[in-house]
Amino acid sequence: MNRRHRFRLSAVVAVSTAAAFTLAACSSSSSPSATGTTGATGTASAGSSTAPLTASAPGITATTITIGSHQPLTGPAAPGYSEIAPASTAYFDWVNANGGVYGRKIVYKYLNDAYDPTTTASVVRQLVLQDNVYAIFNGLGTPTHLAVVSFLNSEKVPDVFVASGCECWDEPTTYPETFGWQLDYVREGKILGQYVAQHFKGKKIGYFYQDDEFGMDGVKGLDDEIPASMVVSKQSYVDTNTNVAPQVAALRAAGAQVVVSFSIPAFTALLKLTSLKLGFSPQLVVSDVGADPITLGGLLEAFAKQAGAKVNGNQLTQGIITDGYLPALSTSDSWYVLFKKIHDQYDAKEPLDGNFFYGMAVAYTFVQAMLKAGRNPTRADLISAINSGLPQGPMVAPFAYSAGDHDGVTGAYIGVINNGVVVQQGSVLVTDTSATGAITTYTGSEQQAPASGIPSP
Amino acid sequence: MIVSTLPRRLAVVIVVAVIVAFLSIKLNAFRDYQIAEVAYEVTAVAGLTVLTGLSGQISLGHGAFMAIGGYATALILLHLNWPFIVALLIAAAVTAAAGAVVGVAAARLRGPYLAGATLMLGVALPAVAYAYPATFGGDQGLNVVFTTPAFLGANFPLTRWQAWVGAAVALVTLLLLANLCYSRVGRNWRAVRDDDVAAALDGINVALARIRAFVVSATCAGIAGSLLAVITALVAPGAYTLTLSIALLTAAVIGGLGSLPGALWGSLLIILVPTYASDVATSHGLSSSVGSNIPVAAYGVILILVMLAFPQGIQGGLRRLVALFAGPMNRENEPVATPEHSEKEGSS
Repeated sequence: MNRRHRFRLSAVVAVSTAAAFTLAACSSSSSPSATGTTGATGTASAGSSTAPLTASAPGITATTITIGSHQPLTGPAAPGYSEIAPASTAYFDWVNANGGVYGRKIVYKYLNDAYDPTTTASVVRQLVLQDNVYAIFNGLGTPTHLAVVSFLNSEKVPDVFVASGCECWDEPTTYPETFGWQLDYVREGKILGQYVAQHFKGKKIGYFYQDDEFGMDGVKGLDDEIPASMVVSKQSYVDTNTNVAPQVAALRAAGAQVVVSFSIPAFTALLKLTSLKLGFSPQLVVSDVGADPITLGGLLEAFAKQAGAKVNGNQLTQGIITDGYLPALSTSDSWYVLFKKIHDQYDAKEPLDGNFFYGMAVAYTFVQAMLKAGRNPTRADLISAINSGLPQGPMVAPFAYSAGDHDGVTGAYIGVINNGVVVQQGSVLVTDTSATGAITTYTGSEQQAPASGIPSP
Repeated sequence: MIVSTLPRRLAVVIVVAVIVAFLSIKLNAFRDYQIAEVAYEVTAVAGLTVLTGLSGQISLGHGAFMAIGGYATALILLHLNWPFIVALLIAAAVTAAAGAVVGVAAARLRGPYLAGATLMLGVALPAVAYAYPATFGGDQGLNVVFTTPAFLGANFPLTRWQAWVGAAVALVTLLLLANLCYSRVGRNWRAVRDDDVAAALDGINVALARIRAFVVSATCAGIAGSLLAVITALVAPGAYTLTLSIALLTAAVIGGLGSLPGALWGSLLIILVPTYASDVATSHGLSSSVGSNIPVAAYGVILILVMLAFPQGIQGGLRRLVALFAGPMNRENEPVATPEHSEKEGSS
């Protein structure tokens, strides 16, 4: 009996440590380099000032600008999202090879936090306290970045262009150093909600959303636009439980004809596959975060394969309604042409998908901000540069940036997935985050990509 | 049986404290932060290693107790603005109460059933923060304000102060635990672990011994959670995932179940190996797909090697090495269950 108990205990210990590995198990992308320092030495920039380059701030030397980030390179959030930092690196490599920022090269050091906030706290301190980075750039994830936002602000480290649409980054009085970048989930919910209310009049609407700040911000925006009488069921999921059958069954039982989903890619795929299994085929309306057709199609095929079925990803994503704030993946778009050129030169092993575009576009915005911050910028110079507004660059709508508003892009277009590509429907819509704020058509024109691929200072 | 005496343990604690103080001044701010990380980790792992190694119970839910300690500390500091030491003690008391409740259930469960129940606790409890966002701040959690005291001057680095506070709390906890483990309470735990029927026949209240072990272990986790809260300046549900609970167990197993020095070795490994491995990986210019997986791989390889070479963990391995050199006389140092229980557990 004694021995048996001991054996059982050790078996449980063994099983649970094995489980720890499965949880930490890696699924990461392939990418050429972790830091971007390749390329020829830049010739002097065409800037009018000829003041000598100095080490004007921590992380800035006469020849380099070192920035850091925390990214999920392994773990549950890695599929898709792990492509973002290598894409940004590819853009920085391009800039470095073409003169850099006032002649300085950008060194981008991103560390893996595996989407675990405790690890985020540790790696960001390593970047700030030991590696002396100038700024934290595009730190990815809501729960992860929340673990460091107060630390970065108390250390007065610029915390720019967080890779999350949480409204929590727009608190200029509490967090003056922190800026969002992508479309926040409240605005996104409003834009999707208005489309649903207008195009599915009299239909029964169901919600499917992640049970955290991401999903709840999205629902807040949806509720601002969709009359409560149309909504028949609201179902949430937690990202640690992959069985969404109860939620899907509830949506089906409520007779939902349209399901609006604020979900990460893996759970959009689970929603679609579980619906198929239950013979339920509502019109899907999915947040941009969980609707990249290439990522989603790949996940659908992979999940179906695990269950012993063979599906066509493009067929299953066909007709999904979503939105987009990045330039369309179309060969006629000047940004597509530019990004594809950089992709083929520096990051060709990665798929040319929405995640790649994201990494490119956010890196472009950073270079814009650095150029505006001046030849020998302090950390405060970068903050005031962004506070005085940035040109929209590759984005389809303007940024909200001002001293009193740290939200990123303010609008998006509605798109429908057709044969694996998001096709824009109608014009770009812009709005604010208030419940009553109107949604209007954006009248300004989109910017064209500069021929050099580098923004002008 | 050669039992360490209180003065001897005190001497060890003072030596470690001096080393920590020296290192914290010599090393950079990030290393100070890592010292603080090791401090909270070792506090939690020590509690768990006592529970699993001495009392024979398993917990996959210690992250939940850390959450209780963390949130208790954050709420006290936020609303009452009491000094940290008071918040720490209250957090420990609150977690002890929670541990007692869970311990009552745990005393009736064994092996996989206990693992399952504590697993459920570990997964479910942090979600309470989502249910009451007004109190617990939901996903965003609560900010914890922890600053250096005025007498150290304005330029004293915060991370060094965190390292000092963390190390002090961890050392005091370890000292108290060590005394407890070698007292009658600890001997009863070992007796219950080895054979609960024999222990009961010897007059030990088996259920009470198990509940006590759970309370002690949960209290340690609560103290660790309190430290984690002030070290990262935040409590949020995302920090107390199942991964945390399992990492604690891994550290306990790697270090050597039931051994307090082992808890320190395990914690050092868990905290330092990933950073070191990723430094090596990036400095050698490995591609990020390889580089980002190296820490995970290194962690796995070390776990396998330690378990192969020292089935009883690092501390078990060290003991074997010492025994090899010092001869068989010293082997009695191992904390083994003594077959005779002259002292009787108090009635309840």
